[in-house]
Amino acid sequence: MKRRIVSRDKLAFNLISYTVITLVALICLLPFLMILSGSLTDEAYLAQHGYSLFPMQFSLDAYRIALRNPGTILNAYGVTICLTLAGTVLGLFLSSMTAYVLQRKDFAWRNYFAYYIFFTTLFSGGLVPWYILMINLGMKNNYLSMLVPGLFNVFNIIILRTFMSGIPSAITESAKIDGAGDFAIFVKLMLPLSGPALVTIGLFIALAYWNEWYNAMLFISKSEMYPLQFYLYNLINSMQAKNTLMMGSGTQMEQLPEETIKLAMTVIVMGPIFLLYPFLQKYFVKGITIGSVKG
Amino acid sequence: MTERSRISYNYAAGKLTGRRVKTGFLGKLSRYKVLLLMLLPAVVYYFIFSYIPMGGALVAFKSYDYAKGIFGSPWVGLENFRFFFQSGKLVNVTVNTILYNLAFLTVNTTLQITVAIMLSEVGGKYFKKIAQSVMFLPYFVSWVVVGAIVYNIFNVKLGLLNNILGFFGLLETDVYRTPGVWKYILVFFSAWKNIGYGSVVYLAAIMGIDTEMYEAAEIDGANIFTRIRKITLPCMTPTIITLVLLAIGSIFRGDFSMFYQIVGDNGLLFDSTDVIDTFTFRSLMKTQEIGMSAAVGLYQSILCFTILMVTNAVIRKVDSSSALF
Repeated sequence: MKRRIVSRDKLAFNLISYTVITLVALICLLPFLMILSGSLTDEAYLAQHGYSLFPMQFSLDAYRIALRNPGTILNAYGVTICLTLAGTVLGLFLSSMTAYVLQRKDFAWRNYFAYYIFFTTLFSGGLVPWYILMINLGMKNNYLSMLVPGLFNVFNIIILRTFMSGIPSAITESAKIDGAGDFAIFVKLMLPLSGPALVTIGLFIALAYWNEWYNAMLFISKSEMYPLQFYLYNLINSMQAKNTLMMGSGTQMEQLPEETIKLAMTVIVMGPIFLLYPFLQKYFVKGITIGSVKG
Repeated sequence: MTERSRISYNYAAGKLTGRRVKTGFLGKLSRYKVLLLMLLPAVVYYFIFSYIPMGGALVAFKSYDYAKGIFGSPWVGLENFRFFFQSGKLVNVTVNTILYNLAFLTVNTTLQITVAIMLSEVGGKYFKKIAQSVMFLPYFVSWVVVGAIVYNIFNVKLGLLNNILGFFGLLETDVYRTPGVWKYILVFFSAWKNIGYGSVVYLAAIMGIDTEMYEAAEIDGANIFTRIRKITLPCMTPTIITLVLLAIGSIFRGDFSMFYQIVGDNGLLFDSTDVIDTFTFRSLMKTQEIGMSAAVGLYQSILCFTILMVTNAVIRKVDSSSALF
């Protein structure tokens, strides 16, 4: 690289850019710091002095009480983990299988089927008929009500199809000449070759399942079946938040640091996302770049 | 264009291998049987969960009775739509949905493009990486968590806002009783959650620009602001247009999760924060007005379909290669 003196316009631009980006990044980060620091602060202190960036009066009470009865949280974690694993594996397999067939250029009917699938994004019957159908299918208080709605997603199919159609057809052609069947070509050749796209779409699907609360709100009324996010939602919103936590523990009602427990629970719910964050972020950025190549 | 040439290549390859290709419907059926089986899950899935509910939209013209089902319930013609119209909510929720989406679109697009351009121009590699990671963070948390954050900022007892107001000696305010400010709160959190994702999309578009253009412009003495205006922005235009059109295509669709988690079931705020989706949901789940809820849903679907068709037809006229379908 040539060494050159930074020109004045570049200097001005950099000054503005660094300031703006730093500000935006801080705004993105501060709410999380607020929650974290609040959850580690003594409730009485918090009530008097309010939030700060660092816990001024350190206290683990909120976590101690939130985790005194870990059964319900662990249960919600279990539901969400199972849902995420099952949904991601199944959804990824089904979407990529569909995408594979839709990009086969020697499949003359591919456009009819593509239209059949893509049309569902243009028009829908709305929430009510779908809700009635789900109820009639026995989805009330059924884990399937949280699994099934996320299995297929048109945009995931489009991205996978675009990626797969970029794989040279000579590879599959030669396998075909060797006598491999269509399904074998998909499993043994296309899936391994689509690795990067599968990781990205898999993460998209996993994130959607991890953050799932909507279908739980519509169909799940038994608290032992709540996924993590819906559990948190109920804890924050329900007036009985205290009572659920109190069950089995001998604490007095008045002693509960209610607000900081909510904060601690939010931290507990966000935890895994933050732990996996570097990995998640890398593949999301890659995936968006893959997806937007076609536009 | 490239696809077409690839297809002809494939046909040629088929001929070269000398396989006998059966034509006709039955021939194709037997040749495609494995492929068709592989498509079966998707076909069945979309039939059950998308096409049956489309037929079920009939319920909008019926007085729904759980015991009798959709087909057994009596017809009431346009009664449900009349009810929706007379409730005075039709104009309110439709206007809210459009205005909110337009505000989100304008603010988010502007911010995301600005941040993307800045990120692409600043030098520091680590600064760039860290800033991008931090800005992407809100995208990964659920709206439930965002709801928790909003609650912790605005609740009267402990909220951050009242702390700050108190610090400056100002009066406490109960934001949850002040409908006027929620449009700003919603726009802010929409921007907050989407800035990382959106700026990565635009950054990808910027990375695709040929660097020679910048070098040439620099030699010609163009300063950085001119380069951005004359090279970066014009080169990003196709991406911007595609994303804006996609957003316009869903302008009648409110982000239910966002509105519901941030605003909740707070009746005081409905006039200023109710969008079609939250209204449909409430009519179905809270007030149990199933017929009207279905009517609202169908009304929304028809609006969505119409606007998609119109935008697509317009793009097709202007630039057929970027048409959505």
